[in-house]
Amino acid sequence: MKTILKVQHLSVSFTQYGRGFGRRTVDAVKDLNMKIGEGEIVAVVGASGSGKSLLAHAIMGILPYNASMEGTMEFDGAPLTMERVKKLRGHEMVLVPQSVSYLDPLMKVGAQITKGDKSPSILEKCQKVLAGYGLGKEVMSRYPFQLSGGMTRRVLISTAVMETPKLVIADEPTPGLHMEAARRVMGHFRELAETGAGVLLITHDLELALMTADRVVVLYAGQTIEEAEAAAFSDEGNLKHPYTRALCRSMPGKWSSEGDTLCDTGEILEYMRKEYGR
Amino acid sequence: MKRQNEKNKGRGRRQAGFSWTWVGMQAVHMVILVILVSVLAFFLLSVSPIDPLQTNVGQAALGAMSPEQVEKLKTYWGVGVPPVERYVSWAADFLRGDMGTSLLYRRPVAEVIGEKLFNSFWLLVSAWLLSGVMGFFLGILAGRKRGGICDRVVTGYSLFVASTPAFWIAMILLLVFAVRLKWFPIGLSVPIGTAAEDITIADRIRHAILPAAALSITGISSVALHTREKMIAVMESDFVLFARARGESEYSVIIRHGIRNILIPAMTLQFASVSEIIGGSVLVEQVFSYPGLGQAAVTAGLGSDVPLLLGITVVTAVIVFSGNLAANVLYGVVDPRIREGVARS
Repeated sequence: MKTILKVQHLSVSFTQYGRGFGRRTVDAVKDLNMKIGEGEIVAVVGASGSGKSLLAHAIMGILPYNASMEGTMEFDGAPLTMERVKKLRGHEMVLVPQSVSYLDPLMKVGAQITKGDKSPSILEKCQKVLAGYGLGKEVMSRYPFQLSGGMTRRVLISTAVMETPKLVIADEPTPGLHMEAARRVMGHFRELAETGAGVLLITHDLELALMTADRVVVLYAGQTIEEAEAAAFSDEGNLKHPYTRALCRSMPGKWSSEGDTLCDTGEILEYMRKEYGR
Repeated sequence: MKRQNEKNKGRGRRQAGFSWTWVGMQAVHMVILVILVSVLAFFLLSVSPIDPLQTNVGQAALGAMSPEQVEKLKTYWGVGVPPVERYVSWAADFLRGDMGTSLLYRRPVAEVIGEKLFNSFWLLVSAWLLSGVMGFFLGILAGRKRGGICDRVVTGYSLFVASTPAFWIAMILLLVFAVRLKWFPIGLSVPIGTAAEDITIADRIRHAILPAAALSITGISSVALHTREKMIAVMESDFVLFARARGESEYSVIIRHGIRNILIPAMTLQFASVSEIIGGSVLVEQVFSYPGLGQAAVTAGLGSDVPLLLGITVVTAVIVFSGNLAANVLYGVVDPRIREGVARS
């Protein structure tokens, strides 16, 4: 399997100005390693604040101005420099953002999907893509506030497949959707992977990740604490880290009637705080 | 889906009904405000120490009159009539177009205001447009990149000018461009000693340039600072981040998303700034001896010309409120979130 994206020793830190002249650096992501192959779905799972969205933003080159980044990234066999990111993003690597706030509130949906291109071939393509997700062409002349949650999600995915991406980064694609709709959205990402694209799925929902992904990377406080095949999560004995084991136990399917196998959340969180400082 | 279809079907009709009712409400709102302003102005003037007999007849003439004559005059000027009654009779005449007779100009107030407004019109309009357009572009330039060179220059300029009184800027312009460089006349709206029929449009424009510049130099700063604020918010929004992630160029981000999203607040600001321009014109016209509405207001105030002062107050209030009304109505017409009939709450 050909590797599409390889991230090595990625660190993202922020410079913050404290009281007076105090200045401190906060490491949001520390020494993160991961890779995604062709046709593979890799889920990055972590609680909020674990740095998973920053990973997406670092890859797309859209980190905020006060962030600095270290480490190397390779895309399709060549180093991913800022110049290369600027050329590739929107074409070979695409982002599927998490909410309607990522759409311009005053622009019609069609113009946003086509990026304002009015050529007949692009418009036709746009209609075809929308139809593929069960949306009619009338959606193109709507404003974002006129879309329902599920429609918004499908419109956001549509923006990704207007071209043929090699890497799709989906940042929390399911919050606010009920299980059925979430499953359908996950199905769309599986379809994308089947066309040969690598999919990076960023989520806080381990259950959903296991359902869709081939491999799962668990982040805590900006560090990778576990990387395993999705199948490994069926038995917590396969997992190395106590946090992941606890995470695994806490999934509804794993609950047992005795209750003794349930994790002690307080204890594990106490341990993690000591180990990782937050 | 069914609900959505029904919504689409009804949109055309309901949109018109919705916005016309709303415009009507706004207009009623404005009329009430104008009435309140006129009431306030009237009663403030009625408690001022201006004595109708002394100002209209003069101290000397009054002293030479017999008590009977004074008594007659008192009845004529309505001395002792309760203020509410006086207000009602003044307002009724005002509505019929009779604003009274100006004490200083000895002509009907409506005529004086018409003439002064005509003089001020192009000055006010050009200052208003210039400050709006310039402020808008400076604001975009500054807000495009927070903390950049453009931002620092524009913000610095705006803060400097915003803390400078308009009349002082007017005096500096006068010193530099009229007295020292002699590029422009030092005052008035037409050349001195020229017959009325020989005055050209060019003359009028030449006389209006410095006052208009003084007014718009100060007007630019608030428009620029507000536009910058909005532009920064847009540039740091999720949708601009996403546009960048989709490979849209900086130019495309600014033109397609930036301007689209700041145009509506900028437009509102522009119409709301009518009040600043009119307020500023009072001082600036004074410095340039420009015979416009602003100067007439100062003259009326200093010369105890009650009818003229009341007339100007009400007329300028109507102009300012019309600006605000236009802003509100345009907002509804331009913003699809309001136009396409979704409650703002």
